[in-house]
Amino acid sequence: MPSFDVIVIGGGVNGLACAARLAGKGRKVLLLEAGAVPGGGAGERDFAPGYRAPALAHLTQGLDARVLHGMGLARHGLAFDPVATTVLAGQAAPMVVQGGQTSGPDAAAFAALHAKLSAFARVLAPFRADKPPRLVAEGQPWGRLLRQGLAIRGLGRDDFRELLRMVLINVHDVAEDELTDDRLKGLLAFDATLGAWLGPRSPNSLILYLDRLSRGEGPLWPRGGMGALARAMAAAATAAGVALRCDARVESIFTEGDRAVGVRLVSGEEIRAGLVVSAINPRTTFRALVGPRALDAGFFRRTGHIRSRGAAAKLHLALTGLPDFRGGDPASRLVIAPSSEAVEAAFNPVKYGEVPKAPVMEVILPTAREADWAPAGHHVLSAIVQYAPHAPMAGLEAARSELLENTLAVLEAQAPGLRGRIAHAELLMPQDIEARFGMVGGNWHHGELAVEQMLFNRPLPQAAGYATPLPGLWLAGAGSHPGGGINGAAGWNAAGAILEARA
Amino acid sequence: MTNLTHFRTPLRHTPFHPRTASANRLNRWGPWAGCMTSLCYGDVDMEYTAIRNAASVYDLCPMVKYRVTGPDAADYLNRLMIRNAAKLPVGGVHYTAWCDDDGKLLDDGTLFRHGPEDYLICCQERHLPWLLDSAQGFDVQVAEITEEIAALSLQGPCSASVLAAAGLDVSALKPFRMARFPFAGGEITISRTGFTGDLGYELWMTPDQALPFWDHLFAAGAPWGIRPIGTDALDLARIEAGFIITNMDFVPAHQALREDRPRSPLEMGLGWMIDWEKGNFTGRRALLAEKAQGSEWALVGLDVPGNVSAEGSILYHDKKHEAGFVTAAAWSPALKASVAIAQVKARHAGGDNLWVEIYALRELQYVKLMLPVRVVERPFYNPARRRAMPPERV
Repeated sequence: MPSFDVIVIGGGVNGLACAARLAGKGRKVLLLEAGAVPGGGAGERDFAPGYRAPALAHLTQGLDARVLHGMGLARHGLAFDPVATTVLAGQAAPMVVQGGQTSGPDAAAFAALHAKLSAFARVLAPFRADKPPRLVAEGQPWGRLLRQGLAIRGLGRDDFRELLRMVLINVHDVAEDELTDDRLKGLLAFDATLGAWLGPRSPNSLILYLDRLSRGEGPLWPRGGMGALARAMAAAATAAGVALRCDARVESIFTEGDRAVGVRLVSGEEIRAGLVVSAINPRTTFRALVGPRALDAGFFRRTGHIRSRGAAAKLHLALTGLPDFRGGDPASRLVIAPSSEAVEAAFNPVKYGEVPKAPVMEVILPTAREADWAPAGHHVLSAIVQYAPHAPMAGLEAARSELLENTLAVLEAQAPGLRGRIAHAELLMPQDIEARFGMVGGNWHHGELAVEQMLFNRPLPQAAGYATPLPGLWLAGAGSHPGGGINGAAGWNAAGAILEARA
Repeated sequence: MTNLTHFRTPLRHTPFHPRTASANRLNRWGPWAGCMTSLCYGDVDMEYTAIRNAASVYDLCPMVKYRVTGPDAADYLNRLMIRNAAKLPVGGVHYTAWCDDDGKLLDDGTLFRHGPEDYLICCQERHLPWLLDSAQGFDVQVAEITEEIAALSLQGPCSASVLAAAGLDVSALKPFRMARFPFAGGEITISRTGFTGDLGYELWMTPDQALPFWDHLFAAGAPWGIRPIGTDALDLARIEAGFIITNMDFVPAHQALREDRPRSPLEMGLGWMIDWEKGNFTGRRALLAEKAQGSEWALVGLDVPGNVSAEGSILYHDKKHEAGFVTAAAWSPALKASVAIAQVKARHAGGDNLWVEIYALRELQYVKLMLPVRVVERPFYNPARRRAMPPERV
């Protein structure tokens, strides 16, 4: 049996990025994926006979540039198309937004706000590209921090002051301060809270919007879909020398002499390696794969307290014809979030385990770009619906049918006749997302991306630098800095930390 | 909510209270773990003398007790504590300690193994949240049973004789072992343990057995001058024995407000208990790192010249630079010497050129003494009868 330097658990975007970078530096890497194909949240699935939809994620704000270029993904066929946004609100005409450009009375104000927030995002973006800074002096990359600090200060006095004023503010206040058009306020509020367990009025919600902008200027569609992105990454990883094994679910990480030395698969097979890198959920890694005996009690307790509530549901519809969203471009991203208040109102019920009456959502029609994903003339609709209760009071199935009904009612209002064209409907609740993708709580960042779980607190202070208290075990998933979003930065950074530590 | 009256009795009574209250001629009481306990019954010197020369009885009920049961009990305790609980035989007792993730002490205490899957922890402070958190992932039940057990500590050279007269033949009981003995139609547990560094036993019973047993024991012990003792006398004996007490000689990490206050077992002279080979335990990695780097503090025993207790004094190197502080000190009647337990910076653990600054109160006026001290082995007082088998009979 071949022996490996490193075992990477989890063939998602971060696992692939980490494995490829390590293999590129000469490490012998085995990547273990529980599913039949690599990709994790990036994939596709035939959810009804003849109809294909993105398995979970349907757009990306962009892969980390280091991953894109470092893995040579273009050579493996990966290309992205930018996706414009169409805002749908009430009976108003659809409004197109592309970056900072839009129409209507707030066009200038939105452009100015977008430029300001993009400038903030640009100076914050470098923090994504390395281990998070520490709160102690020891091991601190002072040179890099100084450069990043100077870049922030380089905004100039007024913008620097403005960044400090805004960085922890809530997005609703920003929308109220800067805009008058409810459609744009709704879009800003929706984009900031997409994938979070936060409403636009929740403290610190703007920083999630800055984080989104720091990942990329706007949503992208990988040509061929998310599955194509995963296939390109897998091909690049394999070309770099990674041994990729699918259908290999890890049951436990075993230790010897206070060091992680290998993994045991559910099949009973044991594989040993010098290092074990977990690119799956950190809570699952510590609580299910490692277990309490190899970890200290205080740390183990904290692993159970990584907040990981998912509030996004995923809707897939098989449609017998193209729905008409008031003439909105079917190849664009259709956002139904009539106002910031509407987003907040959709968030309120989930706090009490209830289903919102009028959910807000991001809709795409993949078949507008990939015609072969449905029978000729038929279409597929993929939507992220917020908010879904992570702990429904009425029980999962009752909440699912209520949310589906409410979602279809919202869609029908924007695309009259849509309901009559539905051949098949699937609504993945956070619980389903957890079961299918191993995302605890259904949170697609593998732990809520929120200020108190960012940087040196992500996922826990004792494991924030990708190394963990258990020697030989490293983290590389979205649960680590800087989070997920089909981006790969966490995995790439983890590989960098491992190489730097010569572990 | 009008029937709340707990504030009228801020301190609970122990099951022995009717007897300890009538014996406490001075009405000198102090709080211990939420209970009223006697500090002194009448004469601290007579009580100390009973510990060292006759038989003394101390009400041990407020000692915090946790029962740990279940298939993973030994594994759980091995992850929790620094010593190897799996190696403790059934019927055995050992002194142990436990730490937080940083390897800093949370408490020390005694661990009793009643069965393969049945342990009892006795300690000074309360730890239920920590014990329950530590139980995550282990098939164990942890319950506080402090109030379900009444306990007395019978200490002194005559203690085995008193027990024999009470119909309890403990001659086969070795130090740090326990056994069950019949009493009045029921049973009590006796362990050969104690906190005086002398021959002695701890007697464990249910609260309803408390008063009949007290009466029986005192009737049997009368010929040996058996005497109830308070905390003042016990503290003197424990200092002679060199024992430390949580929150007196170190601050538990969970209670410390100041970052530099917690101490590791290595710093408190408990490193000998650590089983490095038993697998991971909470704090092990931090303690290994400390062992590699060297500890900051050390616990030492001191011989102080003169007869003034050095309690609370600061230690100096070369009379000039602060080197540590005294956590417990007393004039030892048994040794006829002034002894102290102190924390010193590790580099001064050898005691070279070490001085103590004592403020001696002489008729309302403090007199400052700067005295050279000598680091000596603990226990300061260690009679052979403490471990003799069979136990001394007098």
